[in-house]
Amino acid sequence: MAVLSTNQALTRVGYSDTQIASGLFCVALVLTVLQYSGLLPSWLHRIPEEWVPPFAVWLDAAFIFIREDLQLEKLTRWFAEGPLQFMLDTTANLLYGKRRWPRFEQIPWSAIAASAAVLGYYLGGWRLALLAGGTFVWTALIGQWKDAMETMSVLIVAAPLAFLIGLLVGIAAWKYTWVDRAVRPVLSVLQTLPFFTYLLPAVIFFKVGPTAGAVATIIYAVPPMILMTTLGLKKVSPEVIEAGKMSGCSRWQMLRHVYVPAARNEILVGVNQVIMLCLAMVVLTAFIGMPGLGAKLLAMMGSFKLGRSFEIGVTIVLLAVTLDRLSKAWVVKLPEHFERGTRWWVRHKYALTALAVFVFFTVLGQFVGWFAEIGRRESFSQGKEIDTAIKTFLAFDIVQGITGQIRYVLNVWVLNPFRDFLLSIPTFGFILIVIAGALAIGGRRPALYATVFFGLVALSGWWDRSVITLYSVISAVIIATLIGLPIGIMAARSEKWSRRVLLACDTAQTFPSFIYLIPAIMLFGITATSVVMSILIFAMVPLIRYTVEGLRGVPLEMTEAADMSGATRRQKLWSVQLPLALPTMAVGFNQAIMFAFFMVIIAAFIGTQDLGQELQKTLAGTDLGKNFVLGFCVALMALTFDMAILSWAEKKKAQLGL
Amino acid sequence: MKKFTTALATGVLMLVPLSALAEDSSDPIVIPIHNWSSQIVMSNVVGQIFEEMGNNVEYVTTDSQAVYESVRLGDVTLELEVWEGAFGASFRAALEKGGIIDVGDHNAVTREDWWYPMWTKDACPGLPSWEALNDCASLFATAETGDRGRYLDGPVDWLKHGKERVEALGMNFEVINAGSAAALWAEIGAAEADRRPVVVFNWTPNFAEAVWPGEFVEFPVWVDGCDKDPAVGPNPDALYDCGNPADGYLKKAAWEGMEAKWPGAYAVLERISFTNPQIAEMARLVDIDELEPEEAAAEWLEANEAVWQAWLN
Repeated sequence: MAVLSTNQALTRVGYSDTQIASGLFCVALVLTVLQYSGLLPSWLHRIPEEWVPPFAVWLDAAFIFIREDLQLEKLTRWFAEGPLQFMLDTTANLLYGKRRWPRFEQIPWSAIAASAAVLGYYLGGWRLALLAGGTFVWTALIGQWKDAMETMSVLIVAAPLAFLIGLLVGIAAWKYTWVDRAVRPVLSVLQTLPFFTYLLPAVIFFKVGPTAGAVATIIYAVPPMILMTTLGLKKVSPEVIEAGKMSGCSRWQMLRHVYVPAARNEILVGVNQVIMLCLAMVVLTAFIGMPGLGAKLLAMMGSFKLGRSFEIGVTIVLLAVTLDRLSKAWVVKLPEHFERGTRWWVRHKYALTALAVFVFFTVLGQFVGWFAEIGRRESFSQGKEIDTAIKTFLAFDIVQGITGQIRYVLNVWVLNPFRDFLLSIPTFGFILIVIAGALAIGGRRPALYATVFFGLVALSGWWDRSVITLYSVISAVIIATLIGLPIGIMAARSEKWSRRVLLACDTAQTFPSFIYLIPAIMLFGITATSVVMSILIFAMVPLIRYTVEGLRGVPLEMTEAADMSGATRRQKLWSVQLPLALPTMAVGFNQAIMFAFFMVIIAAFIGTQDLGQELQKTLAGTDLGKNFVLGFCVALMALTFDMAILSWAEKKKAQLGL
Repeated sequence: MKKFTTALATGVLMLVPLSALAEDSSDPIVIPIHNWSSQIVMSNVVGQIFEEMGNNVEYVTTDSQAVYESVRLGDVTLELEVWEGAFGASFRAALEKGGIIDVGDHNAVTREDWWYPMWTKDACPGLPSWEALNDCASLFATAETGDRGRYLDGPVDWLKHGKERVEALGMNFEVINAGSAAALWAEIGAAEADRRPVVVFNWTPNFAEAVWPGEFVEFPVWVDGCDKDPAVGPNPDALYDCGNPADGYLKKAAWEGMEAKWPGAYAVLERISFTNPQIAEMARLVDIDELEPEEAAAEWLEANEAVWQAWLN
């Protein structure tokens, strides 16, 4: 009953918008029909070259102004070459023995693995101890210790900095509305701007090497931390604040002892996101000097060593999952309280154990070299065997036959015609369709933004490539939805399967996307199918994750009520669970589109004709203005979707009273 | 650590001539590393030579196009492999903006052109002539190209003009651009499984020669002006109707401040010159023998002492 009435409310509120939307759509349809019958003047089909303003020149000038006239470069260089370099050098010395202050030998792998196991036991018992210790043992045994530590030496600096910056900005945004207003659009742009666009500025302002790598990682990882902090602080209940005020807290004490502890859960979810995003950037930042696993992976891919690339991918996933589970366990673990008079070694027994095993293995490492360092020749890497296995698998006739069929059908009958169709729509018609969509889904504000954003894209002079980018994104997200939703719905039925599927999602998300590209090419050739397939894997992750979480988050009373009124499983799903989970699923759908926009640019490494390919061309740094224009085309298109879908989800949530 | 001791051991003999070069700055010389084996090993070889001269060396991984901006800024000191075909355009643009200098060519010549792995020849015995290739075009057809052959060209930013050549010579081929070198290898690797004929863009010196033996397609020989004057070449009305030059340069480049800051190292860099077989050998040590790049470099230095000692004096 409840569902029925909200549906009615929705149609009534959205009626006039829907009417306008269908009107716009009809105009677009007329334009397209005119174009097909050859009656449309060419300036209505594509914006003529001479109308395109020289955005690239303007942006280039703006960049030079910021860099040279405002002297921003001096400031960032001071930071990069001073404090940041110092921190990175210190961790680099400790973890892999780079010859810098404090000039120690590197810490033996066994000492780190053992301490990690103790930490894991403290936070989550034997399972986590095994995971944490096992990850580091695997890394050492597979012969990637030095690379992994090179990566970690940067992440150990970048992740805490991202946490700190995120926390401070988040607090500021919560305290002052103007900060919140200023920060939000910047965050949206940062999250949607393609990686290739901030690669060169990072190199120019922060010096190629671990410094630029650390900065790029921080920029990428900080937005969720800011958002979660603000969200957490806003949710602190008035009773808690009242209690703090009554005990006479100063403003600083209020923040330190009342607000931040009360928002602990949200802040720690932010921490968890920071960690995951840091690891997701390991490979991409290798383009600008991040040492370690990412750089090694790129070198392995460059010489077609699939097996060893795969092993590196496994290491990155293990590190991500370990750090993620440890930080999650930290969220759940409540502060321990001891009785007055407990001895200090009882209070600190875990810290002491960790210290003891650390010292033990460090000393052992001095005498037994194997415990300090495992060379490449002593390692258990199975690179060549995996290579052979992959090649044998691909040589099977069945595999070749099936992938050949998929490739043929998708390319010749689906993807290429769809692309040609989108390209055949006149620019104005296309924009009208997008506006109509935004209006129908999100309402007037998103429609207004859609008009401005897509208008700018049309004026950028890169319309055809933008449409091709959009076509890859749309095709991949549609296929991802067709596959991902059923998986999510099935998995949500049981706790056990939910957990398994979510682990698979974590893996797919942190497994370096570059590794998908090669098997995709080997199976489907350098074609649109490969591009769509590689985007698909990545885009499916948030779809499945949010579907599972949305369905499992449906209040128990609701499902019980459905059971009591004798609904079948199917009825329960369609009329109770799905409608209630829909807002959450919409957020997942939105994330899927954002991920797809991120991945479509990476797919330029397969070979595309979209914005990503042009972006790749600008990497030499001679064309910074063009680089920004292309980047903004991607960001503006992504933001249009983002605003429309999120505003729909908000409205829907409000209606459902969630 | 291991690298340091081996470098020290081989370096003891070299201590005498070092006194002349003592004025180099103690700041680290930053050598960029990209994602193909010969460049990585060569960088380590040169780095270890510099270290033996008493310099500090640091390596940094970067993108092979974005590196020129860093050299201009002085964040990266030098670049050892500037390929005429792949990076010529970026290098020339950086030269114009200033901050980077040309430190001369390697002895090695580079060739970049249409290439096929040996098994292709079984299906199309007339190869390597381009006319024979054109006659076999249907062998190279894919689902998307219909009955036309598919030629897989290098990334667009390498500016290989494959499309123009197909048109100029009236070939029955469609040109598809791969997005990266890795994409080319994946395509060859996939074709290897069922020995499917493929024709792709490739270059030498390169690790692929050792993994997949193959040949370049012989196009009408390159004549100067083939890219500027339509009259040159077999088709009087078109540009790019020749093969690529078979002897492209492989250059060294450096930051313009290097000579003042590390005069000793700069003088050595000017003399450094690798040949094609040497580069192939360096790639082989990593790609086939599976050594780590720094071990491969140490091994190469040990085996070729006469070669690099000559550069030091």
